[in-house]
Amino acid sequence: MFTRRTMMAAAALATLVAAVPALADDLAKLPREQVELVAPPFIHAHEQATKAGPKVLQFKMTIQEKELVIDNEGTKIHAMTFNGSVPGPLMVAHQGDYVELTLINPDTNMMAHNIDFHSATGGLGGGELTMVNPGEQVVLRWKADRAGVFVYHCAPGGSMIPWHVTSGMNGAVMVLPREGLKDDTGKPLHYDKAFYIGEQDFYVPRDENGKFKSYESAGDAYPDQAEVMRKLIPSHEVFNGKVGSLTGKNALTAKVGEQVLLVHSQANRDTRPHLIGGHGDFVWETGKFANRPEKDLETWFIRGGSAGAALYTFKQPGIYAYVNHNLIEAVELGATAHFKVEGTWNDDLMKQVSPPSPILSGAKTGALDAPAHKH
Amino acid sequence: MLLILKAKLAAKAALVVAPLAVAAAGYGLPAIPADQVAVTTIAPGAFLHRLAGDFALNGRPVNAPRRAFRFTRPLTIMTYQVSAAAYDACVAAGACERRLFRAAASAEAPAVGVNWHDATAYATWFSSRTGARWRLPTDAEWAFAAGARFNDDAVLADDGSDSFSKRWLAKYEQESSRQAPADKAPRPAGAFGFNEHGVADIAGNVWEWTDTCFLRQALDASGEPTGERTVNCGVRVVEGEHRSYVTDFVRDARAGGCAVGVPPANLGFRLVRDDAGYLGAAVARARFHMRWI
Repeated sequence: MFTRRTMMAAAALATLVAAVPALADDLAKLPREQVELVAPPFIHAHEQATKAGPKVLQFKMTIQEKELVIDNEGTKIHAMTFNGSVPGPLMVAHQGDYVELTLINPDTNMMAHNIDFHSATGGLGGGELTMVNPGEQVVLRWKADRAGVFVYHCAPGGSMIPWHVTSGMNGAVMVLPREGLKDDTGKPLHYDKAFYIGEQDFYVPRDENGKFKSYESAGDAYPDQAEVMRKLIPSHEVFNGKVGSLTGKNALTAKVGEQVLLVHSQANRDTRPHLIGGHGDFVWETGKFANRPEKDLETWFIRGGSAGAALYTFKQPGIYAYVNHNLIEAVELGATAHFKVEGTWNDDLMKQVSPPSPILSGAKTGALDAPAHKH
Repeated sequence: MLLILKAKLAAKAALVVAPLAVAAAGYGLPAIPADQVAVTTIAPGAFLHRLAGDFALNGRPVNAPRRAFRFTRPLTIMTYQVSAAAYDACVAAGACERRLFRAAASAEAPAVGVNWHDATAYATWFSSRTGARWRLPTDAEWAFAAGARFNDDAVLADDGSDSFSKRWLAKYEQESSRQAPADKAPRPAGAFGFNEHGVADIAGNVWEWTDTCFLRQALDASGEPTGERTVNCGVRVVEGEHRSYVTDFVRDARAGGCAVGVPPANLGFRLVRDDAGYLGAAVARARFHMRWI
């Protein structure tokens, strides 16, 4: 019987049959470009806007299981990393490009891993198609069909998912609109510099004296770590894998007048970036560039499992702290970065009118006087 | 030069501090024999010392002025930092509060995880046990005893010509270039060696409380104090590999947030002995304080 449904199915099939070779041909014709990834907070060279047509961007990441020191006290964890860093590198594409990732799991590793791209469609973000054992590699291609900053992470199933993610196995993708970023009125936006900050919650078990424990292997650590994880209170909350990874000698730098794009991801837990002494001029809080950016924000919210982006033009020289404005997490647990900004101070924006000095006697008595209405 | 306190001297000192000697009986403990306290006596002398605190010229932060200090009497200071065992005896006697990290340090290592109040309480208790008058050193006394191991904290890149942001950035660079001690764990007494005076473990991985309060002072063009000064005794000067200012109730100094650089790895202390007794010490300190103001 020839029903409407079968007719539609046939039509769909015909389209598919027609489309598949065409797709393969199109893809074969597309220019291919190999991209060398760089470790965060830096981002590989890329165009902010492009007039060229879609490309196939080839990336390669090697999974590295390795011990990392995560604070100034020398606390060590058995980290799991994309390409050796926590977070993994930021991958930049333009909307309509194809991202083709070769994911390598060397036989020196102990565990199976995969990758789930929040920017990709279907197949559990690619997780279903990328599970690789030690000694294997896989190639996945996905189409960057929507613009924004997105998290990627390892998701090897069950309790392994949060364990791998909180052991450092996450990163982000930035899919830029082909015409570049735009402000709330549709005018083009440009950045002079871009940094990628990946925030990471670690759950390191402590011994009976309150000292952080270390373990022979990741497997040895797992039972204790799972127990700490299930209480949901991180022992460390850090930027780029380590307390102080973006402060002091590693502080980020900028000049007055420079427009800086900050991409911030947290694959597991909510956070709330704030630039002490500055603002978010344009903020894509949910990280998706088809939405208009919000303006002049003081603090923005990054939902766990997402990335956001903020654009800011520095207006004063000096030190800025970029923090998770849960200040306990910033100061006690580590979620702090610093910017060193050079340039000329603007007295109009701020001036210390009178430096700290003893309270004037008039002011002293004034403060102690009874309120006027009681006289 | 390492000198062991002579019993005769202690007996003389005990006369001067009679009220404390009486109080000692209250603890019901035998007195600590004076010759068990290792001290170093540094001969009188003068030295140039950069003052502790915040100083400003025309409302702009500047390096603290260096001043000539003259010690007219010998300075007698503990050769070693107060040990964990010594401090814990004070805790056991009920005269001191417990320190942090008790499990971490061996009894022979310096007491760490103590705040200014703990150090001061120990000085009072220790005075009563020994029959001598012990107290925390002033910042200048500590620096005098530290000798060549004292590190000047002036911001070197500061040429005094630009707005404060340049000095701010230079200070940030300087502070963030400090190396953290390779090992934070307190090491046995003497592990960091002796300085030219024979004082042990100066500028090792244990910072020491001093009695000097945080000071803020405006200076005139010639570097002399001008106007009123602010003295905040809720914050005390802590000395070690670098100078630090720490709130008096803090037992673990840590950096974070807007703070930068390597904070004191551990907070401990050593004491100086006032051989001149209460009155002499009070006069000396008053004169000391006035010498530069």
